[in-house]
Amino acid sequence: MSELTRSTPPVVPQPQHMPVEPVEDKVISPWKDAWRSFKKNKIALVGLSIVSLFILVAIFADLIAPYSYSEVELKDKHIAPSAEHWFGTDEFGRDILSRVIHGARISLWVGFFSVAGSVIVGSLLGIIAGYYGRWVDSIISRIFDILLAFPSILLAIAVVSVLGPSLKNALIAIAIINIPTFGRLLRSRVLSVKEEEYITAARAIGMSDFRILIHHILPNSLAPIIVQGTLAIATAIIEAAALGFLGMGAQPPTPEWGKMLADSKDFIIQAPWTVLFPGLAIMLTVLGFNLMGDGLRDALDPRMKS
Amino acid sequence: MFAYTIRRLATLVPVLLGMTFIVFMMIRAIPGNPAQLILGQQATKEAVAALTQRLGLDQPWYTQFIDYLTGLFTGDLGVSLKTNVPIAEEVWPYLAATIELALVAMVIAIVIGVNAGIISAWFQNSWFDYTAMVLALVGVSMPIFWLGLMEQYVFSIHFDLLPTTGRDNIRVPVDPITHLYLIDTLIQGRMDQFAEVIKHLILPGVALGTIPMAIIARMTRSSMLEVMRSDYIRTARAKGMKMFWVVYKHSLKNALIPVVTVIGLQTGLLLGGAILTETIFGWPGIGTYIYDAISYRDYPVIQSGILVVATIFVLINLLVDLLYAAIDPRIKFK
Repeated sequence: MSELTRSTPPVVPQPQHMPVEPVEDKVISPWKDAWRSFKKNKIALVGLSIVSLFILVAIFADLIAPYSYSEVELKDKHIAPSAEHWFGTDEFGRDILSRVIHGARISLWVGFFSVAGSVIVGSLLGIIAGYYGRWVDSIISRIFDILLAFPSILLAIAVVSVLGPSLKNALIAIAIINIPTFGRLLRSRVLSVKEEEYITAARAIGMSDFRILIHHILPNSLAPIIVQGTLAIATAIIEAAALGFLGMGAQPPTPEWGKMLADSKDFIIQAPWTVLFPGLAIMLTVLGFNLMGDGLRDALDPRMKS
Repeated sequence: MFAYTIRRLATLVPVLLGMTFIVFMMIRAIPGNPAQLILGQQATKEAVAALTQRLGLDQPWYTQFIDYLTGLFTGDLGVSLKTNVPIAEEVWPYLAATIELALVAMVIAIVIGVNAGIISAWFQNSWFDYTAMVLALVGVSMPIFWLGLMEQYVFSIHFDLLPTTGRDNIRVPVDPITHLYLIDTLIQGRMDQFAEVIKHLILPGVALGTIPMAIIARMTRSSMLEVMRSDYIRTARAKGMKMFWVVYKHSLKNALIPVVTVIGLQTGLLLGGAILTETIFGWPGIGTYIYDAISYRDYPVIQSGILVVATIFVLINLLVDLLYAAIDPRIKFK
């Protein structure tokens, strides 16, 4: 995506006059190689740190959060950021820092699981389309085209307006809109791998379709899925927040970041901090996943290496 | 080019049909009786039966779908349950508001994005380059509904420079002709109102334009860097041409080809973002139209609203494809 993240030179080969070490020690797996170039990419590491921080916050939310995220204490309404309440309090006197901390759990949960859903369903459809070709391919590919023909947030709104507003339905909606991305990815992957000689060889020695799929096609598609998946988590988090903001996602008192913004936007004059912090949290998390995704792309996709 | 256009149009037919089918199925996918859901639990049996009939839900689904399709071909988008006005008649003012906002957002994104990208490439690794690219990274990760709220706080509430909501000054409302207020005020020669409309456009325009601006800036930069390494640019510089002209005349022309595609794709994506921007800035566009319909359970409006936006989205993408094929002849033969 950016020039900034594409700064890593490939691993320098050993000069000829150096004593030659046993070959076994020098063989590095592609994953190790990818990790080496990822490590040298400072911006990607910033992304990884942000993501790790939010994951830790999400896991240990109960331990870190100084107050309850749902307990209403009306006398503490709209306290400005202070030593007791770092991010201030909202219109119900709830500690915003605690709500933002618990919100990390929700956003990451929606991000991971919606993308996991899209990856599973999308990959399956993509593999079927690519492997069996002909009319199966035509039908599945047309479905992808149709799903991609909607602006994504609009499709999500359509799904939620049918299923009813809830966090679970928002997750389903987001999973659905991302299916074609992974479907197309896997389909093109299968199409290009299918023609390789080692697949013909595998078939010649009597390997079944299923085993070829598990042993050859899936491992070959893992890298782009990881890259695309990381970037998709970023989009999924924004979309979940957008749905929450429109009142079509998480319902009160769930401390979902988008919902928090929607609830506090009417108090922006008296208590701007109620709007500032949930939004910053969304932006930082999304930035983290985007930076990490860019870095992973550079590290895992040799064609992008310059 | 002609054959390519025909081929592209042919692929459009199943997509449009499928889209219409999905939108058509929306109301039918609601668990239980949609008419009951729309009217609420207190509704009488007669009212529910009347609405079921009015929505055509008592017919078999294929009859309903054919009716819906024939309706669309004759420009019938259904009737709003809330206002009882045919949607085709009331949708234009909303659509015009969204188009105006999206175009302004795109102009802001292109002017700032392309220039920031050029300067970043020209002075590669300078402080400007770093600042611009960090801002662009943050920009693509921006939740625009939050950016909109922050803009309102800083520029409307804190500094009181720009209005928070709406399209015009409600005390001196614009007299709509085309419903594109920038054009309407110009036709009427009302420069005071024109300035007012511009003022109202700035905050939502910037909010909506931020993500495309960031993407355009990054694309322009990498595309310019590539072009500026080429031989003919070195020649131009060797013959003593001023750097400004090398950059803005020779490099830009070739660097813009990939940028044009990005601009096209982003224009389509703006339509999705418009819904969020509109709800924050009280912008009476198609997003607000659909959003209000959702809280009213006005399913005909939700369906047709989504269909209208998605159709425009598909048409813009088609236009981008054709434009790109016209600029780069290699595409046609793929």
